[in-house]
Amino acid sequence: MTATIEAPPATAAAPKTRRKRRDWRAIGAFAVLTGPMVIGLGLFKYVAIGWSFLLSFNDARGTISLGHWTGLTNYVFLLEDDAFRTSLTTIALFTVFIVPITFVASLALAVLINSIRRGRAFFRTVFLVPAAVSYVVAALVWKMALFNGLPSGVANVIGGLFGADPVPWLSQQNPPVYWVAVVTLRLWLQVGLYMILFLAGLQAISPTLYEAGELDGTSKWQAFRYITLPQLRNTSVAVLLLILIAAFQAFDEFYNLFSTGLAGTSTAPVKPPLVYLYDSALGDQNYGVGSAGAFVLTVIIIVITLLQGRIVGFGKKD
Amino acid sequence: MAVLTAPPPPAPVRAGRKPGALAKAPKYVLASVLALIFLLPFYIMLRNALMTRQQVSSPDWSWLPDPLSWVNFGDLFADPSVPMAHALGNSFLVAIVTAPVGTMLGSMAGYALARIDVPGRRAVFTYILVTLMIPQSVTFVPTFVVVGAMGGVNTEWGIIAPNLFSAFTVILFRNFYLRFPGEIEEAGRLDGLGYLGVYRRLVLPNSGSMLASLGALMFIESWNAFLWPLVIGQDPSSWTAQIALSTFLNAQQINLPALFAGALIIIAPLVAMFLLAQRFIVSGIAASGLKE
Repeated sequence: MTATIEAPPATAAAPKTRRKRRDWRAIGAFAVLTGPMVIGLGLFKYVAIGWSFLLSFNDARGTISLGHWTGLTNYVFLLEDDAFRTSLTTIALFTVFIVPITFVASLALAVLINSIRRGRAFFRTVFLVPAAVSYVVAALVWKMALFNGLPSGVANVIGGLFGADPVPWLSQQNPPVYWVAVVTLRLWLQVGLYMILFLAGLQAISPTLYEAGELDGTSKWQAFRYITLPQLRNTSVAVLLLILIAAFQAFDEFYNLFSTGLAGTSTAPVKPPLVYLYDSALGDQNYGVGSAGAFVLTVIIIVITLLQGRIVGFGKKD
Repeated sequence: MAVLTAPPPPAPVRAGRKPGALAKAPKYVLASVLALIFLLPFYIMLRNALMTRQQVSSPDWSWLPDPLSWVNFGDLFADPSVPMAHALGNSFLVAIVTAPVGTMLGSMAGYALARIDVPGRRAVFTYILVTLMIPQSVTFVPTFVVVGAMGGVNTEWGIIAPNLFSAFTVILFRNFYLRFPGEIEEAGRLDGLGYLGVYRRLVLPNSGSMLASLGALMFIESWNAFLWPLVIGQDPSSWTAQIALSTFLNAQQINLPALFAGALIIIAPLVAMFLLAQRFIVSGIAASGLKE
């Protein structure tokens, strides 16, 4: 990202007699305008992260003060903890489902909406409006109505029309059908947002490209494959990255769907890393382990972001 | 691709065959079916919020309860274990402070970074940019440590303060002001306005659409926020509406229709925003998606 910063023109201010006074006023205004942001970020990002980093090398149970240095103990504990490793597997699995599905669905919706003229605004609104709903509310609807596992639950009513038996969606470990609920929930909430990004990308494609294609006799599929997709390259990379990073930080829906364990059973709750961190830091008051976990996750997210950038050729142009 | 040099037609007339209404029909059928699926959860919320407790747990499907039980909305606020009215008040306070203040702080810093050339400007920009590398929600433990040390646990300001400072908003505003026409500022200077005067009297009034777009996004984000309010607001007195609803959802005894009534009330302000101010929301989403 830092590559985008242009070096300031060093020779901008030629020496003049009034230069000193004007500079002083500019510096004053700059300080007034950026000061609050610099102080706020300093406190809530730099101090917070620095302090937390030190805490991750401390035995900090029930305290946030430093003094019980334990080296890498917290990190070792984390990486040896089955629950933490399971949480990483959980989120990896979640990512494998949610990223491609959301990507394809949002692109398809955008193409569909872009190809109709009458009623486009209406359909765009309908697909976008779930983004107004919080994960808590969506989890409520999914857990208590759509996938409640009762014969009167909406998913089972619909399944019944096709002769399927009622499925206990959220309380069954084998096969893990709860993924259907988890994935559809996030898909419903987020697909409209990415659809908007793809729509913006689609509308930036010059119509002359398609006209040229038609002169060459391309089919609709060829036009999509050889004009639309390449033109959407930058948008696609951005969308993929956004979906991926958001998925890795999933918390709300897991917390609200499974906070009491898989509904109605005594099996272990499905915990993504953020829920694990929440339990360590807030439940067990173990701020050392909680901090260490935050840094492990940060490193994982950064590595994945860079890797994905490599794979799809992000930053080639820079 | 050499064909591209052909001059573009004056109007976006579609070349080739003109699809008739019939050819378009499958697309509309598909879009309509999808629309029904997307609207289903809203319908379920409405239906269940108007049922009695017997009806909602009945094994038989019904499209709409008869008669409608409006009493659930009253029950929602009558439950002493979940202070829903107070929580809605908290949510409103948090969003109504976070959105304008956070947007203003972003605009101020973004403007200075884009238009006021002082030594050290690049360093300040890098300082702000670096904070974007740490994923937002992972920082809840560090932020809790600091806000906790400042005495912000169980307070409204503790919920609000860390979210006022968004590096991301600064970057978006900086990009916006980099493209800002310079004549406006020059005219202001000629009229004897200083840097701050130009910003306050001329730049800010011309940033309306950007302020509205990013302000709307911040309002939505802070109204729907869950993890941070959950972490910092542990006492019922500092619960936001999302936390109250979640507590309600995970309680031992659940009054289901009242729960759905609560969901309806919580989504109402944002759904209204999406319908009335969609232009700003859409341009905000488009701007923030293209941060790369």
